[in-house]
This record gives sequence, structure tokens and C-alpha cells, in this order.
Amino acid sequence: MSFRLDHVSFVSGDETFIRDVSLELEPGSMNVLLGPTLSGKTTLMRLMAGLDRPTSGRMIANGRDVTGVPVRRRSVAMVYQQFINYPSLTVYENIASPLRVAGVRGQELDSRVLGAARVLGLEPLLKRLPAQLSGGQQQRTAIARAIVKRADLVLLDEPLANLDYKLREELREELPRILKASGAILVYATTEPPEALQLGGATATLWQGRAIQFGPTSSVYHRPHHIDSARVFSDPPLNEITIRKRGEAVELGEFRRAPAVGLLAGLPDGDYTIGFRGNAANLGRPFAQSIDLEGRISVAEISGSESFVHVETALGVFVCVEPGVSARLPGQAVDLRVDATHILIFDRSGALVAARDER
Amino acid sequence: MARITLDHVAHSYLRGAGASADYALKPIDHVWRQGRAYALLGPSGCGKTTLLNIISGLVIPSEGRLLFDDRDVTRLRTEQRNIAQVFQFPVIYDTMTVAENLAFPLRNRGVDRAAVKARVAEIAELLDLTKVLDRPARGLTADAKQKISLGRGLVRPDVAAVLFDEPLTVIDPALKWELRSKLKAVHRALDVLMIYVTHDQIEALTFADEVVVMKDGRVLQIASPAELFERPEHTFVGYFIGSPGMNFVEAEVDGARARVAGQTLTLAGRYARPPAGSSVRLGFRPDHATLGAAGDLSVSVEKIEDLGRRRLARVRLGQQRIFATVPDEVSFDGDAARLTINPERLYVYVDDERRPAEAA
Repeated sequence: MSFRLDHVSFVSGDETFIRDVSLELEPGSMNVLLGPTLSGKTTLMRLMAGLDRPTSGRMIANGRDVTGVPVRRRSVAMVYQQFINYPSLTVYENIASPLRVAGVRGQELDSRVLGAARVLGLEPLLKRLPAQLSGGQQQRTAIARAIVKRADLVLLDEPLANLDYKLREELREELPRILKASGAILVYATTEPPEALQLGGATATLWQGRAIQFGPTSSVYHRPHHIDSARVFSDPPLNEITIRKRGEAVELGEFRRAPAVGLLAGLPDGDYTIGFRGNAANLGRPFAQSIDLEGRISVAEISGSESFVHVETALGVFVCVEPGVSARLPGQAVDLRVDATHILIFDRSGALVAARDER
Repeated sequence: MARITLDHVAHSYLRGAGASADYALKPIDHVWRQGRAYALLGPSGCGKTTLLNIISGLVIPSEGRLLFDDRDVTRLRTEQRNIAQVFQFPVIYDTMTVAENLAFPLRNRGVDRAAVKARVAEIAELLDLTKVLDRPARGLTADAKQKISLGRGLVRPDVAAVLFDEPLTVIDPALKWELRSKLKAVHRALDVLMIYVTHDQIEALTFADEVVVMKDGRVLQIASPAELFERPEHTFVGYFIGSPGMNFVEAEVDGARARVAGQTLTLAGRYARPPAGSSVRLGFRPDHATLGAAGDLSVSVEKIEDLGRRRLARVRLGQQRIFATVPDEVSFDGDAARLTINPERLYVYVDDERRPAEAA
């Protein structure tokens, strides 16, 4: 099936939660809603599910207007951040419950439950009660229950947020494969850019109830059309410098001048904002086309495989990503080098003016 | 100010425990040094909270001694130990102002007014609480309240240690950034021993000078963050630290050669042949394994993920699945590829423990 949101808005009381969102979801596709807390992810999912009715706009499923159709008459399944299972039912019965409600019986029920359990690696646990499971196993049970229905639309609202990071890492890796096999349209809400990248498919960046950009995940990441989209899709946060281009030079902030190299070279004179992610900078040798800033380390955050080094400069604090475990100490003087071919340039309205070609 | 010594400390919640599996904390000998920052890191049930509770006095260990400097405190109550604690959830007085909350642990011990005022100002500055000092704690956000709890834990300059039990649990994810870095800065500003329990590797590695990695009641490795990443002494450490964790592949090792999935790999050092029946695996990080047209081992590529900052491939080496880094300039037709592993970052694990190479 296909699913389309056509200029959907949702207002409650004085507050506008969703502003004029249009999305077209392809059959069997993975769609990520990426945005910070309160950007409208859950509200949008409730509208798609039919739990709430949009204030204006339409929902179209398979060419049919389903805007006012309530959730129980739609082919939709939802997985929430909290693991929701029936505590008194075994894993088998938890997975079977939506089928029993739908009147599926006997051989058909058994084979579908076992099929979903196999996909999610729950076969050895079918006789257990939820309380006897780990968090990851409980959430896998909830996901099995969502896919066993064979709903046309499966909505997952930050399903991994409550798990330990190792489990999250492993399920993130497994989920796209598992979910793809279901053939449903998948909508997956997350606050975390790395999760969106790992899930692949298409991503909509959400900010203040608006879908800023919707497209293939990798191109939304590498070519954000608007600075808000780049901000939503950057972790650690996007580094930003306001600049003024004048001939062969740029003024960085109010104090510094630098030659217009890299993507800055071809830019018409005017005011812009440069955005760069932590991996477009280093603390070692200058790049071939380099913007260099003197600074001081304020802290190095270590994620295990990468270090996020915060550098205080006259233009503000920037975060640089270094591979492995950084041994840099707070207070150390460093030169921050920014690869001028790997920056994003936005005009004063926030629209993208230049970015490096996608690889 | 103190040094804390664990002298063969172990704990079982069962009476008359015998078997090793009965112990929530297996015997540990360790010295926590004055002024250092330590993290206890491991999955739930690993014994990290038991260990913290032994240091705080909530649990009296069934075996061993606990020394603060040279004084045996094993059986002393918490309040006799001169420690400060910060818990998962804010512990503050809602009716007091932020300043009064911060001052409370000092006033309680009869510190004079001027000294209290100066210390409260210093701690508030470190935690960015200066602006809200005169506001009542009631009505502040959960994040702000937890910051006050942190401040209360840090305000006494004379404590033997400050103990943190998953202190960022209630903090909004967007603010964890800020607080993680803040805690590191605070530790550098205050010369006090800090011990921090968490299951989150970013918190542990960012905060600590040394991380204690635990599993099933056992300490697997105590080392600096760099050491844990570069040279894990146990397969679990390799798996648990890093995202994704270390790759492990079954191998036969003899001298300077390893046989992996029917292929031969040359090792950087020589290794004695492991005893028959032991599990022998090679461990290497995805960060130290690169995919290309040439290389040591033949693999088949299942999937390449663009993770934004880098590309990661899931590949099959014989029947074993591993992760490898895909350099920017490399592209593929079909699924056949070669894998190069940095020999200096390739380790041999026998029954899960790292086996050092023989001296040359």
C-alpha cells in the first residue's frame, strides 16, 4: 500500500503541534521521523494511526481518503518507547493476542506467531512471562506483536530509547532487516541522527511541527536543504560560523579574516552562515583548503570509538570529532582546522547555498 | 581527602555462600587514589552498585577489609565514613532556596558563615547555578534539581570521596552533553576522589581517569579509557567498549600464523600454541579493519552502511560476521572484497583472556 499526508496540520487549544506536513510514503519503505523532543514526532504518528484527527489536511491510503477513519478500522500497528506487553500472558500469547482479536485461529495462528517469533529471535522464550525477560527481549516481543498482524502501516515511536546502549546498538543493526521482511510501510521516530543513518530508507527532519526536508536518508544528511534540517541531523551539534564574503576574503564573525578557499571561493559577496560537522575538522595538519582557528580544549567526550573534542575559540565553542580515544587535556592550546571543501553554506534565510558533492 | 583500599573485598547476599556463582561481587583488591576519578562500568547485575554500596557503607562485605587511608572502616556506618553521595534522583529540600540547599551539608557540620558563603559561590559557579541561587528549589526543572544534588555532593571540601550512582539518569538527553563535560571540569577543579557508577560507556569514558569494567560480579579490567579501547584484556571489554564493539573470529594460532576460515594470516608476534580444547579467537576493532581491493583475507560484503561520519561494512569471513571500515575512496562492484587488519591492533584471546605475544 501507499500512504500520503496531504497538507496536514494539527492544532489543540492555542498550540499548533503540526504545521502543514506533506509526506508521500512508498510501499514497503522505511521512513524515519528525526527530530528533538517536542518536534512533533509522536503527534504525527498519532495522526497517521488515526488516534487523533488532523485539524486540516488529508490522509490518503492507497488512493482512498482515510482522514476520519478511526484506528480500529485501519490496518495499523504501533510500538512504543515503553515496552508494552500483557504481564500475565506468555511471550507466545502476547504475540498471538492481536490475531486472536482478529479471529485468526488454529494452524494459521500458530504458524504466524512462530514466524514472527523466529524473525525476532524469540523462539526459545515463547513460554516465558514478560517479567522473566530482559528489556531487549520485552521490546522484541512488542515488535513481534506489531508485525504479526501484517498491518499495512507499522509505527515505531523511539522503540529503542529505553534500552542499554549495547542492546540498542545490536537491535538497531537487526531491526531494518527484520522490519523490511514484513513488507509494511514503516515509520520510525527517533531523536538520534546515528539511528536514522543506520536505519537508512528515507528521513523527514522535523522541527517545531514542520517537516523541513524529506528524502533519502543519506542525501538529507549530506545535503540538508535548510540549516534547521542540518541542525536536527547533527550529533554532536552542528558547528556554525556567521561570515561575510568580500571578494577574495571572508570575515569570520566580527574579528577574523581568512582567504576564501574551498566552497567559499565561488560564493557571491554577501552574508552567510557556515555549518560544519565535527568530522569536517581536525586538530592536526591543515587541510589543502583549510579554515584555521586558534583555540583551547575545554573537554574531550569519549564515546568509545570516537572522541568529541570541544574547542573554545574567539568565535565560540566548536566540536571536533577525532577517531578513537582522545588523550587531549582541558586547557591545551590547539589549532582547529576546518576542511573548507566539506562545509555547508547557508544564506541568511537558512537555505543551502553550497555543499560538497555526495560520494 | 583519602585513599581507599579494597583488601580482598567480596560479597554474597546469600548466607554460607560457597560457589563462585553465589557472589554478587567476587574478590577484589584495589586502591582508589586521592584526587582521581573512577567509573564503575558494566551491564545491570554486574556488581557495580554492590561495590559502590560497600564503599558507602550500605552493604557490609561478607569478606575482606575496606580502608580509608590506614583506618579500617569495614563495619562503620555511612555517616561515620565522611563521604558524600549523589543518587539517580534529586535529593533536595523543596522549601529551601538553591543556596540554602547547597549550604546545608556545610551548616550541618558547623562551618562558619563566611566559609560557607565562599564555598557555595564556588560550587554554584562550577555548575552554572549562580543565577538561580536565591530561587526556591521548588518549581525548578528535574535537570536543575539534579544539578543541585550534584552541588550538594560536591560542596564539602573535606570528604574522603564523592560517590555518584547513575547521576544523569533523569537528565534530558540534550542536556547530558553539557553535564557530562561539566562533571569532568568539576573533577579537575576539585581535588577529591570520585567514584561514579554507570552502565553508559560515554559517561564512564568521558568522566574517569580509570574505568573499572565489571561483569557477573567480576572486575575484568581497570584501565584508562584509551587502554580499554586500544588493548582490551578480556573479550567482554572489547565488546562492551566501542560502537560497534570488537570483532572476534575463531582461529587456530601457532607461532606467528593464524588460520581463520581456511585462510592464513600473519600475526605481529609469536604465540605459544594454546592448550587443546580452549577457545581461541582473534579480536580486532572495526576501526582497525579496512575493506579494499587488496588485503590479507578474502571476505564477502553483506551490506555497507553510510553512518555519516564514516562507512561501515558488515562482511562475512567464512561463516563469521564482522564489521569493517570502508575508506571514502573505496567503491565496490559485487560482494567480493579483501580485508586488511592492522597487525598491531590484532589480539589473540584464549578462553576470553588476552594472550600476550611471546617476548622476541
